[in-house]
Amino acid sequence: MSLMDTKPLLGRVEEVGGFVDLTAYEAGQGYQAARTALTSMSPEEIVSLVKDANLRGRGGAGFPTGLKWSFVPQGEAAGEGAKYLVCNADEMEPGTFKDRFLLEHNPHILIEGMIIGAYAIQAEKAYIFLRGEYHQPYRRLVEALADATAQGFLGAGIFGTDFNLDLRIHRSGGRYICGEETALLNALEGKRAQPRTKPPFPPASGAWGRPTIVNNVETFCNVPGIVRHGVEWYQGLGRTEDAGTKIYGISGRVNRPGLWELPIGTPIRELVEQHAGGMRDGFELKGILPGGASTDFLVEEHFDLAMDYGTIQAAGSRMGTGTMILMDNSICPVDMSRNLQHFFAQESCGFCTPCREGLPWIEALLLDIEEGRGQEGDLEVLDRNAQFIGAPGNTFCLHATGAIEPLQSALKYFREDFEEHIRTGKCPYRGRPL
Amino acid sequence: MATINVDGEQYEVEEGQNLLHAVLSQQLNLPYFCWHPAMDSVGACRQCAIIQYADEDDERGRLGMACMTDVVDGMRISIAAPQAADFRESVIEWLMENHPHDCPVCEEGGECHLQDMTVMTGHSVRKYRGAKRTWENQNLGPFIGHEMNRCITCYRCVRYYRDYAGGNDLSAFGSRSRMYFGRSEDGPLESEFSGNLVEVCPTGVFTDKPFATHYTRKWDLQSAPSVCPGCAVGCNLFPGERYGVLKRVQNRYHGELNGYFLCDRGRFGSHFINSDLRIRHAGVRAPDGVFEANGTSNAVAEAAKLVTGGAIGIGSPRASFEANFALKKLVGDERFCSGLGDNEAMLIELALSIQQEGGADIPSLADVEAADAILILGEDVLNTAPRIALAVRQAVRAESFSMAEEAGIPSWQDAGVRGHAQGALSPLFIASVAATRLDDVASATLGGAPQDIARVGFAIAHEIDPTYAVDDIELPDAGIDFSRQAMAALCSAKRPLVVSGTGTGDPDVLRAAANVAWALKARGSNPALLLAPLEANSFGVGLLGGGLSMTEALDAMASGSPAVVLENDLYRRADAQRVSVACSESTMLVLDSLENETAEHAAILMPTSTYAESTGTYVNYETRAQRFYQVFEPDQEIRPAWRWISDISGALDSRGTGWSNVNELIEECATGTYVALATISPAPDYRVEGGARIPRQPHRYSGRTAMRAQVSVHEPKTTVDDETPFNYSMEGQNLGRQDGAAVPFVWSPGWNSNQSVFKFQQEVGGALLGGDPGALLVVSKNDSDDKSRATKFREVPGAFVATSAFLVVPAYAIFGSDELSNASWPIAQRMPAPFALLNVADADKLGVQAGEGISGTGLTTSLEVRIDDRIPAGLVGVVQGLPGTHVTPTGRVELSVDSDFVPRPGGHPDVIARG
Repeated sequence: MSLMDTKPLLGRVEEVGGFVDLTAYEAGQGYQAARTALTSMSPEEIVSLVKDANLRGRGGAGFPTGLKWSFVPQGEAAGEGAKYLVCNADEMEPGTFKDRFLLEHNPHILIEGMIIGAYAIQAEKAYIFLRGEYHQPYRRLVEALADATAQGFLGAGIFGTDFNLDLRIHRSGGRYICGEETALLNALEGKRAQPRTKPPFPPASGAWGRPTIVNNVETFCNVPGIVRHGVEWYQGLGRTEDAGTKIYGISGRVNRPGLWELPIGTPIRELVEQHAGGMRDGFELKGILPGGASTDFLVEEHFDLAMDYGTIQAAGSRMGTGTMILMDNSICPVDMSRNLQHFFAQESCGFCTPCREGLPWIEALLLDIEEGRGQEGDLEVLDRNAQFIGAPGNTFCLHATGAIEPLQSALKYFREDFEEHIRTGKCPYRGRPL
Repeated sequence: MATINVDGEQYEVEEGQNLLHAVLSQQLNLPYFCWHPAMDSVGACRQCAIIQYADEDDERGRLGMACMTDVVDGMRISIAAPQAADFRESVIEWLMENHPHDCPVCEEGGECHLQDMTVMTGHSVRKYRGAKRTWENQNLGPFIGHEMNRCITCYRCVRYYRDYAGGNDLSAFGSRSRMYFGRSEDGPLESEFSGNLVEVCPTGVFTDKPFATHYTRKWDLQSAPSVCPGCAVGCNLFPGERYGVLKRVQNRYHGELNGYFLCDRGRFGSHFINSDLRIRHAGVRAPDGVFEANGTSNAVAEAAKLVTGGAIGIGSPRASFEANFALKKLVGDERFCSGLGDNEAMLIELALSIQQEGGADIPSLADVEAADAILILGEDVLNTAPRIALAVRQAVRAESFSMAEEAGIPSWQDAGVRGHAQGALSPLFIASVAATRLDDVASATLGGAPQDIARVGFAIAHEIDPTYAVDDIELPDAGIDFSRQAMAALCSAKRPLVVSGTGTGDPDVLRAAANVAWALKARGSNPALLLAPLEANSFGVGLLGGGLSMTEALDAMASGSPAVVLENDLYRRADAQRVSVACSESTMLVLDSLENETAEHAAILMPTSTYAESTGTYVNYETRAQRFYQVFEPDQEIRPAWRWISDISGALDSRGTGWSNVNELIEECATGTYVALATISPAPDYRVEGGARIPRQPHRYSGRTAMRAQVSVHEPKTTVDDETPFNYSMEGQNLGRQDGAAVPFVWSPGWNSNQSVFKFQQEVGGALLGGDPGALLVVSKNDSDDKSRATKFREVPGAFVATSAFLVVPAYAIFGSDELSNASWPIAQRMPAPFALLNVADADKLGVQAGEGISGTGLTTSLEVRIDDRIPAGLVGVVQGLPGTHVTPTGRVELSVDSDFVPRPGGHPDVIARG
């Protein structure tokens, strides 16, 4: 049994011991799935397969990928003009570095996944929207695209079929909001990176007003395995209701921070204790952001929960990107909240009022509280802002909703810390021995 | 229709609209910022939050934005629900974090939508304790002030300026809470419609700069319904006055014409009323040539002698229908000249006769916006009748809307429609002498001499229906392509539109335009034909007619006949030499508001009131007669022209006693053919609810007892207005329920800004509650049919052949070609130096470059060369109507380099020349 049977995304990286170039990738049955898909399967069959496999978007929202693909009009219904497949490689979620690892070590699995995805929705133009600061991934992708094109895996008449794919890299000019798929499309079109009104959703009207699918890097990377091994295998990979593997990551004061491809549904405590080697001496785990900065804190009572979409959602948070940020007992929750809100306020696109004006106010209040200038009533102002900014639908997109998730949960779980700051007029964590 | 439940009340609303549009149409109050009735929804400000309930049993509901919610039959919503009201208050609280507390010194104060919405949501106590962000402002030119600190980031300005008006030099910069709306660098805003930013901006970021130089609060402005004198569109205006000074002009909503927007000539062109050039005193020239301001009765007595002596009368397309009528009556039909130059008079007569054929509808601007294929033949509408160009810009979006409809995107979802359609455009074909500022949205453009443009028109008509103009028309390849494409687009359109006008000076262009429209009619389409004349009342004087042509009138003057010249600078109508002779040989009574070359020769001078100081009628390009009302009383000696004429006729026993008020005159004008003139506006005894008259002054008008205190502490008696239903006071009611022609300003409780206009409309963006003002005067003949029309214009002009002499064709400048607005100081700052348009090859041949000077035989002044990439070789486009220029000769002129040419300062050439 090959490592790739249990770790379809990173198994080959482990086998090779680092960067998987085209030769290494092909030696591990690379591009076989794409060949199978294009030469012996219909687009509809692939969409059904991905749907049946229950692959859910790995960018954070967890939307069923096959279902998304099925929304793309096919044949005459698609009208005249191109369709587009876009890979969202604008990985800017704080604490998240899984796509970067994939791109730096196994770029061909992404390309293969995109070939299959493009064929499934019959898109002949595809873009990888890459985070501007990802220099090494860019170099790896450029090389991989050249290699794949040279082999005839990209371009005209792939695998002898009449399917063509023009796959290009677009390096982002920056902005976290480009991770929102419609803001990404606006940026791709050369417009301001502001999210679009939905509906229309991109599968109906996306890039340049044409049907478009936007998926995360990790999502695409799951596709070749599904085509190769089938639905049953894929569903068998998961430990809970969800299917497949997940790249989990941990940052914080643990002994071995990093990322691991593991069966989806691996419990939090197992990730922390077993894979990350537990907390460093003298540090106690106080809370975690399970899936990046824009998810609600989980605390002690949740640490035995399985990291899958449903379980974490039921606990009041989101699995998000699956890359956790750990907060230990040396970290001031107020300061951490301020830090996070600084990020979100700065990354607001500036389009809608609650996000644009509300987040900076929250940041300013948190700074006041942290630096001992908090006043009675500040927590109520924070609560009110969190309530109004955080509710989905109150803002134009979900940026502010995500921003409020760590804040509202911090106010819930660590309220005493906030109150103590205001009561004592200083941060109790400052000057405390580590 | 759909029935919706709002806070327990049932309302019948229009389907296919968004909820905000629907509730405002029911006159309900719901705060908003980013939504605009003409620009629809984008969902940026989050101010119009409501609670939507799933069904009858849903008690919790879901918060949503009304502007982004479809109207669905049977839906139940709440505006008053505490969650929604709290959220709306929060939105204001967020916006107020950075908004300065400078209302007392802000131009917007008192008519600020942000103030209104703040009060409406109830936000009053500030909890944010951070510092406010500040910005550096920009100099955006003479029209628009800029104060970015007040910005609430609603995105309306860029949506209006870029998306709606097609401008590209105003942008949204930055991100997060540091959004900046301005230009990439200081400089005048290039769009000819920039002034609308003042009304589009919900607070005081973009303000009326000329207004700010002599500022008055909205509530202290006296106003009345008015009509723009700037061109033939007749946009409806609210001029605002205080202390006898015209302070500013704002848009007066008209559902069929200008809607929510004016052009900058209209908005900033009225400061001529305060100009130093105003004639303020009546007088008579003494035998020694010195002008003596010796009283009105003296002038009237002298004038009466003149008329008795057999004076001819010269009317004017910038004077009211009533004044022209009065003069015509005073001197008699056969001694009256309309005041139009010979060629223009012929063109106007032709245009009116074409419209009387009734083969095509005369489109309102709302109809223009609804057209799905447009052919523009010859007319540079942006510079001659600017508001039409803005309407054409909306029309070409028809394709975008149909694409959106196919994709299931509601038409009101502005960003969705634009994003999906990616700027897809409906057919717009422009054949013009020179490049136009609509070229960026044209499907195809074609350059040519006027006669070649006419030939293309004739060819298109012939292709549509072979019975039109049977002569074989040989066109160059470009012309063939253009005409085939245009023909195909017009034929497959549901609402095709042909636009032309008198601007090229060539009657064949009008004839060709008529043929295209009529040929479409003959094949069963429903075409519209817009023929634009050049001035506010061109069609009015055209309809009045007169026994003398301009040449005949000038000849009579040159042979010593005395003349009464009504608001007309004859130097703008005919060859300067000829006018000079006429003026010096004739004893002239000049009635005018501004000094001009003609007035300098006057033996008797009578100061007349401008459109804002009198009541009268203009007849626009549709032949829509529109009444404008006296806004304020001018200086003592200044009177409406008709009043002077009435007084003169009163002094002549044989000619009757004149008219005691304008309504008597209007009634006489309306007798017979133009009955509509008497019905387009309410009579003086018209009363609103409760038997009240209508106030010209808002109910907060202040300082009444103090404003003249430096002159006298005694408050003068308020003038009783027996001519109109309006008071020169705050007394009365202006609730919008009255006749649409009788709304003197818009204001509604809680709605102090111009956004209150929806309280005066039947539906948001629809007709005014009392109906949109005005009535069309032209009635189509009933003996006209497809067959008779097909034989009307059969003679196709020959093709233009270039020679070494240049054919002069008129060119126009939005800021500079109109006589009155030229005397308005903000317009003067944007006025170009007199220019000539040349083909690049011709310029090379002459050895001149852009910015250098040329002179020519018969040209009164040297002209600055502008290279135009459309004008054909052999033509020179000469700008019309600029100060210091005279009527250009017709026919061909020899051009030569003027090596002594000193470039004169003028408006930014890139801005005005072509774009």
